[in-house]
Amino acid sequence: MAEPGVTQRLAAAGAAFTDPPAEGTVSTEPGALDAAGTRSPLSGLLGPAGGPVTFEERPFVGKLTLRGDPSNADFMAAAGKVLGTDIPTDPCRFVEHDGFRVHWIGFDNWLIHVPEGAEGPLKTKLEAALEGIHSAIVDVSDYYTVIRVQGAKARRLLQKGCPIDLHPRTFGPGQCAGTVFHHAAIFLAQTDADTDGGASYDIQIRWSFARYLWDYFVDGAREWGG
Amino acid sequence: MSQSYRIEGKGRIDRSKPIRFTWNGRSYQGYQGDTLASALLANGVRLVGRSFKYHRPRGIMTAGSEEPNAVVQLEEGARTEPNTRATMAELYDGLTANAQNCWPSVEFDVGALNAKLSRFFPAGFYYKTFMWPAALWEPLYEKIIRRAAGMGESPEEIDPDSYAQHFAHCDVLIAGGGPAGLSAALAAGRTGARVILADEGAEFGGSLLADTVEIAGKPAADWIAETVAELTAMPEVTLLPRTTVSAYYDHNFLTLTERVTDHMGPRADDSVPRQRFWKVRAKQTILAQGAIERPLLFADNDRPGVMLASAARTYINRYGVLPGREIVVFTGNDSAYPAALDAKAAGARVEIVDLRTDPKGPLVDHARAQGIEIHAGCGITGTRGTKALHGCDVAPLSEDGKSLADEPFSIGCDCIAVAGGWNPTVHLHSQARGKLSWDDTKQCFVPGYCQWPTRSAGAGNGTFDLAGCLDEGLKAGAAAAHEAGFGKGAAPEAPAVELSEEGPARQVWIVPSDVPLGHGKKHFHDHQNDVTAADIHLAAREGYVSVEHLKRYTTTGMGTDQGKTSNVNALAVMADIRNARIPEVGTTTFRPPYVPTTFGAIGGQNRRHLFLQERTTPMHAAHVANGAVFEDVGDWKRPWYFPRDGEDMHEAVQRECRQARETCGLLDASTLGKIDIQGPDAAWFLNMMYTNKWDTLAVGKGRYGVMLNEHGMVIDDGVTTRLAENHFHMTTTTGGAARVLGMLEEWLQTEWPERQVYCTSVTEQWAVCTITGPNAKALMADLTDDIDVDPANFPFLAYRTGTVAGAPARVYRISFTGDLAYEVNVPARHGLAVWTTILERGRKHGLVQYGTETMHVLRAEKGFIIVGQDTDGTVTPMDLGMNWIVSKKKDDFIGKRSHSRSDTAREGRKQLVGIMTEDPNVVLPEGAHLVNQPGKPPIAMEGHVTSSYMSPNVGRSIALGLIKGGRDRIGDTLHAPMMDGKTVHKVTLTEPVFFDKEGKRTNG
Repeated sequence: MAEPGVTQRLAAAGAAFTDPPAEGTVSTEPGALDAAGTRSPLSGLLGPAGGPVTFEERPFVGKLTLRGDPSNADFMAAAGKVLGTDIPTDPCRFVEHDGFRVHWIGFDNWLIHVPEGAEGPLKTKLEAALEGIHSAIVDVSDYYTVIRVQGAKARRLLQKGCPIDLHPRTFGPGQCAGTVFHHAAIFLAQTDADTDGGASYDIQIRWSFARYLWDYFVDGAREWGG
Repeated sequence: MSQSYRIEGKGRIDRSKPIRFTWNGRSYQGYQGDTLASALLANGVRLVGRSFKYHRPRGIMTAGSEEPNAVVQLEEGARTEPNTRATMAELYDGLTANAQNCWPSVEFDVGALNAKLSRFFPAGFYYKTFMWPAALWEPLYEKIIRRAAGMGESPEEIDPDSYAQHFAHCDVLIAGGGPAGLSAALAAGRTGARVILADEGAEFGGSLLADTVEIAGKPAADWIAETVAELTAMPEVTLLPRTTVSAYYDHNFLTLTERVTDHMGPRADDSVPRQRFWKVRAKQTILAQGAIERPLLFADNDRPGVMLASAARTYINRYGVLPGREIVVFTGNDSAYPAALDAKAAGARVEIVDLRTDPKGPLVDHARAQGIEIHAGCGITGTRGTKALHGCDVAPLSEDGKSLADEPFSIGCDCIAVAGGWNPTVHLHSQARGKLSWDDTKQCFVPGYCQWPTRSAGAGNGTFDLAGCLDEGLKAGAAAAHEAGFGKGAAPEAPAVELSEEGPARQVWIVPSDVPLGHGKKHFHDHQNDVTAADIHLAAREGYVSVEHLKRYTTTGMGTDQGKTSNVNALAVMADIRNARIPEVGTTTFRPPYVPTTFGAIGGQNRRHLFLQERTTPMHAAHVANGAVFEDVGDWKRPWYFPRDGEDMHEAVQRECRQARETCGLLDASTLGKIDIQGPDAAWFLNMMYTNKWDTLAVGKGRYGVMLNEHGMVIDDGVTTRLAENHFHMTTTTGGAARVLGMLEEWLQTEWPERQVYCTSVTEQWAVCTITGPNAKALMADLTDDIDVDPANFPFLAYRTGTVAGAPARVYRISFTGDLAYEVNVPARHGLAVWTTILERGRKHGLVQYGTETMHVLRAEKGFIIVGQDTDGTVTPMDLGMNWIVSKKKDDFIGKRSHSRSDTAREGRKQLVGIMTEDPNVVLPEGAHLVNQPGKPPIAMEGHVTSSYMSPNVGRSIALGLIKGGRDRIGDTLHAPMMDGKTVHKVTLTEPVFFDKEGKRTNG
């Protein structure tokens, strides 16, 4: 892991290698590095609090993609055994088990979310279990980050940019979908049942698009006092 | 004269809330609930604008969104909005509006001279006048035409308001909240279906808001209130007042424009969007937009004071405003009689001019009983007054309605309420490509078959009586909900209404005058575009008989109102000329939007920093802190160069280039595309996708590959490394990342589904720090303890894993500079810390961070191509002098077959060469063409410059280019004529490698 003191070194490095940058080019990005010397794309950004919609980054959720042939019983059995649950074959559904969440994202494609740090051991176990079975397990934990959106206006906020139908009659807890939010490809999952007309979603977004999506949410929530 | 036209005790306005507003610089008072139009009429303001072409004085003609005349400039400065219909603009405190298309004022308008010269401005005037010479089209004629065509002024400042978009889905979308639309919503809503009901007005109720009728024994207003209350209580019903369903696209995709705060006026706080643009997917739609009354075509029918009878009634009953004190109702049907009766009751002197020779029925009897004089069998043959109407001439018509049967007589009046029949609002139905059919009885187009699940109800369906509207609405609502999966389809019983029996109508499409058509008096059918019946005759004489030609020749039906009041009249005139039935003449295409839509609403939040995403790498914060100047590479913001104090771009790049070769340099290469490829057939797959061989690659080693399309042309390149027997890590160009993955998937899924390969994008999983230069080894040694970085043990194109700068890393010995280089890949979360650590540790090794410009120069020094810059989709590997990378041993790879095509295999194709200018200080512009001998054009082009830089390491300018037969012409002299037409640079063709030609530096 990164060595101590790195957090403070960013500014020093800037000063060491250039003369003071021109006005207006200095980053106002909050939060450089965290204590572990790592940084998530939305580090230090605070979403609206106390309003009818809140959102926050869930940095470093462990993420693995799993590819394999669902008609291959060996594959399904081996993967299911490691995960402790049958992997879903119903489109756009996810199952949760023991802190793991397995999302169907394609007929031979699953996205697994695990607590931070659990992705490595899980990948090793899956690879061992699937030895000799055509499959692929790829760690994409850092490719994406997750923004959790919740509250009475969560659905309204998402529908400012997401064209799929999120109405409770057609989309509920346990469902997930790859879709877009304006220019950003997103993967969203509804994590909780509706309460007080609101719902909770996890939005997976590519690292480089995270700030765009975040800024869109910030702008979009303003009308509700966000 | 404050609000002297108000009718005591009438209207839905709130008299306890007076509102001040400014019109043409003068302050007036209106009430909450007024529109700008009703408030102006209440204050006796008749003249509201000048017409488009002749600058004739014009007044308010309608009370709805179909208004052709009263389009005004609303507000000033950044919030100014042209072409706002005064009939739709709700009054708010401080509203400011001005008349358009007049100078210096609407009262005294210089442009009115056009009216005097009107015989010189026939239809097609612009086409005829501004024809020759063609050279003047753009520089002169367009300017003249644009100036003359005044339709208000666009704002010149940034729009200070905010806007939003909203995606929605529903079972039943209902356009129009009048009696039919409300009934439909009720019937559909009661089934539990998801219903959206949108109406463009501030209140639901539509025509009922101006009616005195009773429903179920109660005033219509009570029925509206009860219905809206019931709908409001339904959780799955969304009520959208002030919302126009503006467009109907394929597969029941519709857009709606909701005016969220327009009625409140400008606000400093923009947190709530001014307008919301809805994108709705509806399983079923019900179109209940009602009908628009047709004006009558009579002589000089455009004076301020001439308005639709239904509008007059709306002003009286809904807004409590008398549109005139002496009103002549001119009609050919019964529907105008209630307007006459209401005007009479409100205190106006009323006379009726009825085209019918023997009007009869309860309404006619009622009018007579009220002492209203009816001039039966008569028409209006002319009007008097310029800025305000003060009289009309009336004469009996001949039996065929084409001439006068007697001398005209005069009636004094300040308002003519015109009723020429009704046109169902079929716009959305037609936008959806629904057919229209002509109803001979009703004399109007009604909706016919449509391929999408839609139905029309009420007046919009040609059902003009209230009982029919309510009944049809309920049935449509129930049926639509049923088809969407809700309810049994049975409609609730319609509430009882008094049956209004109407007599037959008489349609006279052109009311004759005492002078021939087009001589001295004008029969306007299109008020907004100043098109007259005589213009249609002219168009027909000149051969423009097709309705599409007619429209473009005369401009009828164009403009902000899109001919809502004029189109059918125009068709009728043309039908008369051609002696054809109206449906034979046809209709023009109805296009979205139904009414003008603010660009802001369409754009929504997609502006300013949200207009386009800016993709940044994990190291971006450091780049910003280090003063990088950024270059846009696709959506990415990549550091272009890092200027130090006082340096311009040239100086910074020259320094970066020199230092990267002398000591070492650091590049953020995170944006390169990365694809994880796994499976037993992975090597076979790479053999097919790339031109060279991959099955022979050892595990732990990488290889450069060139990817072609089926035409054999280079489309991407990069190094792919074999991580394990069946596991590869492919890199692509930054811009090609998504395209290449798409291509891999396309071949796998469509051509080789039996092959066992999985591709996964990992582009952003890895942050990439490229360290290059003679000191790279020493710096790397300072960064890692567990990787032997000595090139002797870690050879070129090999791959190692370990810990670099404290982070888990994959290190590739890949070089895009030709120098000893290491590509350090770390998980993105470590990118910033690793970058910062490398910068710090690099100090003692003379490390310089460099951007994409220096990257370009360094690779050009080595003659390394950039796909997309040195190639353009027409370049083969052989054209690039890279025959070595095209395997002769493989049976196949994508693009192979095309290499034997005659054009691909021929001699003399453009080939990549180096280009040296005679003057080493001259940097040729990229794109410059080379010729054999300078001279006067036309001149044969030999090729062009693709890359060109000043190279500090070569000590002179260098360039790459694609030159015909270039490989065989190395050493030849060519010329590069410059854009100024004078300068010509002499150049020599060379090998495309300028630096370290022996390639000794790759291993330090």
